[in-house]
Amino acid sequence: MLATAIIVFREVLEAALIVGIVMVASRGVTRRGAWVGGGIAAGILGALAVAGGAETIAAAASGIGQEVFNAAVLFAAVAMLGWHNIWMTSHGRELTMEANRLGAAVRAGTQPLWALAFAVGLAVLREGSEIVLFLYGIAAAGGGGVVAMALGGALGLATGVAAGAALYFGLVRIPLRHLFTVTSWLVLLLAAGMASQAAAFLLQADLLPPLGSTLWDTSFLLSDQSLPGRVLHTLIGYTAQPAGIQLVFYLATLLVIGSLMRLAGNAAPAARAGHAGQPAARASATRVKREA
Amino acid sequence: MIRTFITALLIISAAPVFAQQAPITIAVRDRQFVPAEVPVPAGIKVELIIRNEQTMPAEFESKSLHREKVIAPGASASIFVGPLSPGRYEFFDDFHPATRGVVVVK
Repeated sequence: MLATAIIVFREVLEAALIVGIVMVASRGVTRRGAWVGGGIAAGILGALAVAGGAETIAAAASGIGQEVFNAAVLFAAVAMLGWHNIWMTSHGRELTMEANRLGAAVRAGTQPLWALAFAVGLAVLREGSEIVLFLYGIAAAGGGGVVAMALGGALGLATGVAAGAALYFGLVRIPLRHLFTVTSWLVLLLAAGMASQAAAFLLQADLLPPLGSTLWDTSFLLSDQSLPGRVLHTLIGYTAQPAGIQLVFYLATLLVIGSLMRLAGNAAPAARAGHAGQPAARASATRVKREA
Repeated sequence: MIRTFITALLIISAAPVFAQQAPITIAVRDRQFVPAEVPVPAGIKVELIIRNEQTMPAEFESKSLHREKVIAPGASASIFVGPLSPGRYEFFDDFHPATRGVVVVK
């Protein structure tokens, strides 16, 4: 039972952390629960479909279907997260200003959460399909393991969700005026980490060159099989033994989304000129430029 | 600075060497890799065929080889590794982490 709980927890953890960040990033938007909940529900349905078609997917594209599929899902999530950040840079500050003056109702319907909902759905789909395959395997093996499996699965799910909730409640303590900058960075690093993971799948499929099979090895400091290693892997894309191509994709994602955020931030300076206070959107875009 | 770095990476990796080598089959049987120690020559690309003989799915995973692949019960999957430098590269079944093996490159 404990073994099942640990494996389910590990898969749930990644999706739960992403949901936690998305919930923080959409704080104050009305009906965000419906958007995110819809994303999770669609993700679970998708996970069942993917698990059901796992062998077909694996056999597709001369045996590299699984890698290509995983990479495509990850790249789609990167695009959604990037699009959200870019949109928020051009509109988020005005929305926050208006929300402060006129109340949160002004934001209703103005901020499109479909990108974040889509990203949540993709994360749940990817992690969920592995859980389904794993649990199905135990169930198919039969024996007395089914009750233990259900208990273990429930325990793993609960612990994973608790970790995501802990991240959320930790982050919502950040004052609202800093929150936009913090969530922009969290979403950006999340996207970069996913791009690096996608690159690893394409490398495995032999569609990309490794560009140095192991750039460095920090597994003695922080193994990516440890719990902190796994959390950091999800949040910022930490990899103890990265291939060169992963770093290239990681940096390129930071650079591309960061530059587009900066462009989007500069495109609408007139709208902001009259407002006083912390120029959160522009400050964040500038930081992106400097550090990228 | 980033551009210099990327250029350096491209130069480092520009010399993959491919030589002929027969595929190596690794079975997953009763929660064990057979063989659990897989000798592989250094500097060439090698195909590992992972054959899952169990009634449950397995996920072949290796952090140092950057590989993770789910293999359905009764199915086989090809995983290409290398060219590798000499050393030990551990792998495991992510669905049953106690199931472990190692690629030994000489």
